[in-house]
Amino acid sequence: MRQRLTPSGGLEGSPPFDLQLTRRLYRAMVFARTYDRKGMALQRQGRLATYAPFEGQEAAQIGAAAALEPNDWVVATYRDAALMWAQGYPWELLFAGRTGDERGGSPPEHVPVMPPSITVGGHMVHAVGLAWAEKLAESGRIALTSFGDGATSEGDFHEAMNFAAVYDIGCVFLCQNNGYAISLPRDRQTRSETIAEKAIGYGMPGVQVDGNDLFSVYETVREAADRARTGGGPTLVEAVTYRLGPHTTSDDPTRYRQDAENAEWLRRDPLERLRIYLSERDAWDEEWQAAIESEATSEIERAVELAEGMPPLGPGEILDSMFDNLPPHLERQRAELVESLR
Amino acid sequence: MTVLTMARALNDALDVAMGKDSTVMLLGEDVGRTGGVFRITDGLLEKHGAERVVDTPVAESAIVGVGFGLAVGGMRPVTELQFMGFSYPAFDQVISHVGRIRNRSQHRFSAPMVIRIPYGGGIGAAEHHSESAEAIYAHTPGIKVVVPSTPYDAKGLLLAAIADPDPVVFCEPIRLYRSVKEEVPEGWYEVPIGPARLERAGRDLTLVTWGAMITEVRAAADTLESDGVSVEVVDLRSLVPFDADSVVRSVDKTGRVVIVHEAPRTVGFGAEVAATVAERCLYSLRAPVRRVTGWDSVFPLKRSESQYLPGTERILAAARQTLES
Repeated sequence: MRQRLTPSGGLEGSPPFDLQLTRRLYRAMVFARTYDRKGMALQRQGRLATYAPFEGQEAAQIGAAAALEPNDWVVATYRDAALMWAQGYPWELLFAGRTGDERGGSPPEHVPVMPPSITVGGHMVHAVGLAWAEKLAESGRIALTSFGDGATSEGDFHEAMNFAAVYDIGCVFLCQNNGYAISLPRDRQTRSETIAEKAIGYGMPGVQVDGNDLFSVYETVREAADRARTGGGPTLVEAVTYRLGPHTTSDDPTRYRQDAENAEWLRRDPLERLRIYLSERDAWDEEWQAAIESEATSEIERAVELAEGMPPLGPGEILDSMFDNLPPHLERQRAELVESLR
Repeated sequence: MTVLTMARALNDALDVAMGKDSTVMLLGEDVGRTGGVFRITDGLLEKHGAERVVDTPVAESAIVGVGFGLAVGGMRPVTELQFMGFSYPAFDQVISHVGRIRNRSQHRFSAPMVIRIPYGGGIGAAEHHSESAEAIYAHTPGIKVVVPSTPYDAKGLLLAAIADPDPVVFCEPIRLYRSVKEEVPEGWYEVPIGPARLERAGRDLTLVTWGAMITEVRAAADTLESDGVSVEVVDLRSLVPFDADSVVRSVDKTGRVVIVHEAPRTVGFGAEVAATVAERCLYSLRAPVRRVTGWDSVFPLKRSESQYLPGTERILAAARQTLES
């Protein structure tokens, strides 16, 4: 397993980027954690529908996004808000989706990010198609798709990996192996020793990295993205991480895992090791920490306000986006729907 | 004008589309070197190249799911699934993603793609090779479902499907691929998706059908005409959108309707047609609505196929009962 930044903040080799960028990405991770904790809190208050937290996985997501170009596609899941945000998806739309509003799935025109996949695994083939379209257009853009360890058992994982490899599609497969698929531990998900080694069967490189190490994730995804962009085809990156929270707000993780395990992973927290790293280089102090936390809080609060301030879809609007032009039978249903709400 | 089979008309449509629009590409199992199991894509690899006519691994979900990604990314993929009975591995992609992305993203993303699926029995094929599952697709929000029954319609509807801004499941009646020929215009023309085709006009009885059953329905109508019954035949051509107005107009005129389809009866698309007639034509009806359909059995193998397929005799029996009520 590749590791550059140890849990105690120690560095192996030279860093992949300077302190300024490291600080920027640390700040992004603080923003991500603030968003995530807010999401959990809002759900507990009944203001969001189900929420799927990613606390503990910030380095895997922020590190991967940092390795992409701004117009590269991201095709990710309900647990990937930090990754999607880092590629341009606005916080308020991520919240909006979780409040139960379809408009949360509609990022601005310039944002190359698909709405989050709620199905487990069905979206990976989409990334292969998008990357293929970009290859045909010779645009230089690639696609990164993110998924969990559970998704690697889905048939579409196999089909996506196989297609991408056969056609040398510029797609990066990022598996955030967070230890559990709801309750099922990783060792019951697959008998293969690592998820990365599954790549061998498809004829593509597979790399396992410490997913809580921003530097390793960044470097590995960067290599994979470069390979994809230069016609070298796909790569599977397994970022080994841990979901510190429940699967979703509907879940009780105490039924399937021990507190001791959680405590062990808290010790490997991705933010803390980066904080130590910065601090040891005089690039972190408590004042700055307080300042970025306060910025994060106000930005996230603003996003919540925007999301909650959106009026619900009007009567009949649920039908308006089924087709480009509403066919006659849906016109009739729409009229009936509107009438029923009078 | 040239006289073409439906198979050649479909091939011509694909060729014309690829000639006109460089984003049109074909994906499917064996569509390239062999020209497809039914040779619908014959010669297109040689003409348009391997980048646009792609022989894929045997993976239906990926054919549709990768096609979806290509469509979102600006291409116009036409995917081929070899038989309706092999489309189910891809059905998850159709119902979970293809039919939803416009709604999920509120028009920000769309998937203008065609999913071609040969369907229907009568060719004595192996298990899974004879199914008519059009109702499953018609029940899936966000996709259009088209079923041509003539070479002219096949080409015009396929071109309309390729040009459509939304995904279209294009069901091709295997039995009709090479059994009839007719004049088909050269170049690009579209048959709009939605409006039914009035196969023949009449006063006494309406026969509603689509796709593969047109042959049996025509034969039954001929027999009835020779008995002095004036029969109107409505070929739906498109199940989504469904041209309810044409059916209603016809039944309001004749007062009698028999719906004929090859798929199993329960929750077949005929049920939708019958419900529409019940909702909108009750006071015009002079006899109960009847359905002549496949049975709710697994599609039988070769030796029992004739038990299953609605034949002219069954259509005639239902028509006569309807005329006598």
